[in-house]
Amino acid sequence: MGAVVGTLTMGERTKGERRRPSRDKIDDDFELSIVCHRPEGLDKLEAQTNFSKQELQVLYRGFKNECPSGVVNEDTFKQIYAQFFPHGDASTYAHYLFNAFDSAHSGSIKFEGFIMALSTLLRGSVREKLTWTFNLYDINRDGYINKEEMTDIVSAIYDMMGKYTYPALKTDTPKQHVDAFFQKMDKNRDGVVTLDEFILSCQEDENILRSLQLFKNVI
Amino acid sequence: MAAGVATWMPFARAAAVGWLPLAQQTMPKPPVDKTSRSDEILFVNVSGLRFQTWKNTLDRYPDTLLGSSEKEFFYNEETQEYFFDRDPEMFRHILNFFRTGKLHYPRHECIQAFEEELAFYGIIPEIIGDCCMEEYRDRKKENQERLAEDTEAENAGDAPLPPDATLRDKLWRAFENPHTSTMALVFYYVTGFFIAVSVIANVVETVPCRPLKGSIKDLPCGEKFSVAFSCLDTACVLIFSCEYLMRLYAAPSRCDFARSVMSVIDVVAILPFYIGLIMPENEEVSGAFVTLRVFRVFRIFKFSRHSQGLRILGCTLQACASELGFLLFSLTMAVIIFATVMFYAEKGTKGTTFSSIPASFWYTIVTMTTLGYGDMVPDSIAGKIFGSICSLSGVLVIALPVPVIVSNFARIYHQNQRADKMRAQQKVRQARIRMAKKGATNAFLQHKEDGGFDSTAFCVKNRSAFEHQHHHLLQCLEKTTNHEFTDEVTYSEVCMMDSMGFRTSRSTSLSSQQGATTTCCSRRAKRRAIRLANSTVSVSRGSVQELDTLHVTKTPVGTQYPQSRSSLNARTEDLKLNCTDYTAAIISIPTPPANSPDESLPNSPAIPGILRNSRSSIYNTQETVKISSL
Repeated sequence: MGAVVGTLTMGERTKGERRRPSRDKIDDDFELSIVCHRPEGLDKLEAQTNFSKQELQVLYRGFKNECPSGVVNEDTFKQIYAQFFPHGDASTYAHYLFNAFDSAHSGSIKFEGFIMALSTLLRGSVREKLTWTFNLYDINRDGYINKEEMTDIVSAIYDMMGKYTYPALKTDTPKQHVDAFFQKMDKNRDGVVTLDEFILSCQEDENILRSLQLFKNVI
Repeated sequence: MAAGVATWMPFARAAAVGWLPLAQQTMPKPPVDKTSRSDEILFVNVSGLRFQTWKNTLDRYPDTLLGSSEKEFFYNEETQEYFFDRDPEMFRHILNFFRTGKLHYPRHECIQAFEEELAFYGIIPEIIGDCCMEEYRDRKKENQERLAEDTEAENAGDAPLPPDATLRDKLWRAFENPHTSTMALVFYYVTGFFIAVSVIANVVETVPCRPLKGSIKDLPCGEKFSVAFSCLDTACVLIFSCEYLMRLYAAPSRCDFARSVMSVIDVVAILPFYIGLIMPENEEVSGAFVTLRVFRVFRIFKFSRHSQGLRILGCTLQACASELGFLLFSLTMAVIIFATVMFYAEKGTKGTTFSSIPASFWYTIVTMTTLGYGDMVPDSIAGKIFGSICSLSGVLVIALPVPVIVSNFARIYHQNQRADKMRAQQKVRQARIRMAKKGATNAFLQHKEDGGFDSTAFCVKNRSAFEHQHHHLLQCLEKTTNHEFTDEVTYSEVCMMDSMGFRTSRSTSLSSQQGATTTCCSRRAKRRAIRLANSTVSVSRGSVQELDTLHVTKTPVGTQYPQSRSSLNARTEDLKLNCTDYTAAIISIPTPPANSPDESLPNSPAIPGILRNSRSSIYNTQETVKISSL
């Protein structure tokens, strides 16, 4: 008896399914055609960034191979970044990175955005690099880094270390790190760090300046 | 590491710039990539068929032949190409793997040839993509089974026994492989004959024979020739019992044999006879005894030792037991529903045969299977209506799903196999991912133990540029957070030490100190280095103690312990000590280079002095001062 009812209802379901796929298919195609993205010309990109044509070609070939549709969405971004840090959880930091790369807040990174950020980070001036880093730390883009934002970022970085570290991570480790950071950066002790304070403090620090030059030849 | 990760390495390294303002130590130097950076097109000649690809494409998988320096062995200087004397058709798939990251299995190729090619190029078959994985596994299993069958047939019974085989082994072999010796064959046929005889006797003894002289009633042959039949039965049972006991004796594992299906059948076949012997000649009990004789029919199942087909049928039924169970269940539901309806519909009728719902079960089953014996027929109108609905739905319920179930069974069976394969594949994949992660972790930890980025380290293994860069990246992270990566073992040990460190630190710091001076610089650390920052032995004893206490009372994480005398002997070598007890666990002690030359703290007020020093120096940039103890 149940089988009887089952066979009857099954008939209705297949009819409904037959009606829907045609509509879905059109929607899917429509979506796909929007999502596939091509970057602007090679010459234009070469003018806008500090990379040579050769380097842009190599970068684009790699990018296109990994993301044939031309854009990277947040999940893919997190997956990619997580592969470099198998010890811990890189998803939170990847989220902040994604927002920093996706300057237009469109939810996906296109090749141009990717290249611009890489150009700033690898070949830009010290001021540009520090500005990019400030924007990374300033999660809500209000022009100030407050303690909560910094704590979030630092906790995310510590998350990437994972559990098995030496010495063992304590719960207030990020907080101490943030306090140290603020002591250094916050010149007028108003509880927030502005862009100028940040750039000034970093330029006073030899270590940071030296480290910033390390990544020049990454490509 | 996975495929295109190498492509994203520059991005990951660029993103490390975001850590720099947070870092409290300097970043290590990046590795210098000696190979030329520009991408070029490589020519690969496989048995005459020329392929061209970017060098970067091949570098994506550094642990294969084409991605590593192994391909240099195949480089032909004159023609400026890499020449491989292998199958060009297969190479297409190999190269596609490098290009797309997915390995496909060509269906028309022999599975063994494919696997040999993969082995040559250093690609593991497990990374075949999902689209081709099922086909690959099916073919592989088929191939393995075929090979296994061949070897089994070779080995199976024909190989002669080793000369020192015991009687047990010989007997067991005779039972399992009857064609090995004449005696075994004879025994095999004799038992077969007696099984047939026993079954036929069971059947024939119920046939009515001509009655004895002087009576009219027909007698079943079993009672007419009762002596003959009982003799036959006894003989059969004796032979079966002998056979069972011999098998039990010869079995290599008696427990397993006793539990096997065949032995259970054997026991069931001979048990009724013995029970009958034991039981007294009692009227009430003999009724029960008679029913036991029914079990004699199970002797027919003993034929399955003689017939491969029966065994296969048994296996098939066992395999589709769930589908059959489902059919039974749905039938039961239908039967109960209709029986209830018919009972209540016929309740009013006088002298109805539908006396109860269980009695109506019989009617429902007979009607639904379209048998229609006619021994139970509804009389009332409602009964007839529901009866006709019952027979119509019977057609639908039974006749329609049976072929559906048969084909469903085939589909579900394959699907189950596929689900199991997928599960197994998932497990393998997860295990591989875990191993790869662990491998990456271990590679990094191993690399750190081998001397880090020390240019004087001689045991630098041959690592790819990618690995260099990855390790540099992880080192930057370590420097940013002021913590180091370690493995689970060390971590749990340190935790244990922390919990009992206080009591023993004072007493053993001296011994460890002395031990340290003899072992330093002579042995490479097996465990993670503990940098003991001390200058002279005499002074350090005191300061180690104090620092020990400091370590225990204050959490050492993130805080800095300036070393008062460390700047005097500051050197930039890394000191690794093989301290066997970790109680003198003092971690990286950075020093503000500006402060310390001004202060030379005496020994006694060292604690407050150190504390004072630490607070003032906490905001300066720190360097890890690595001291060698004198």
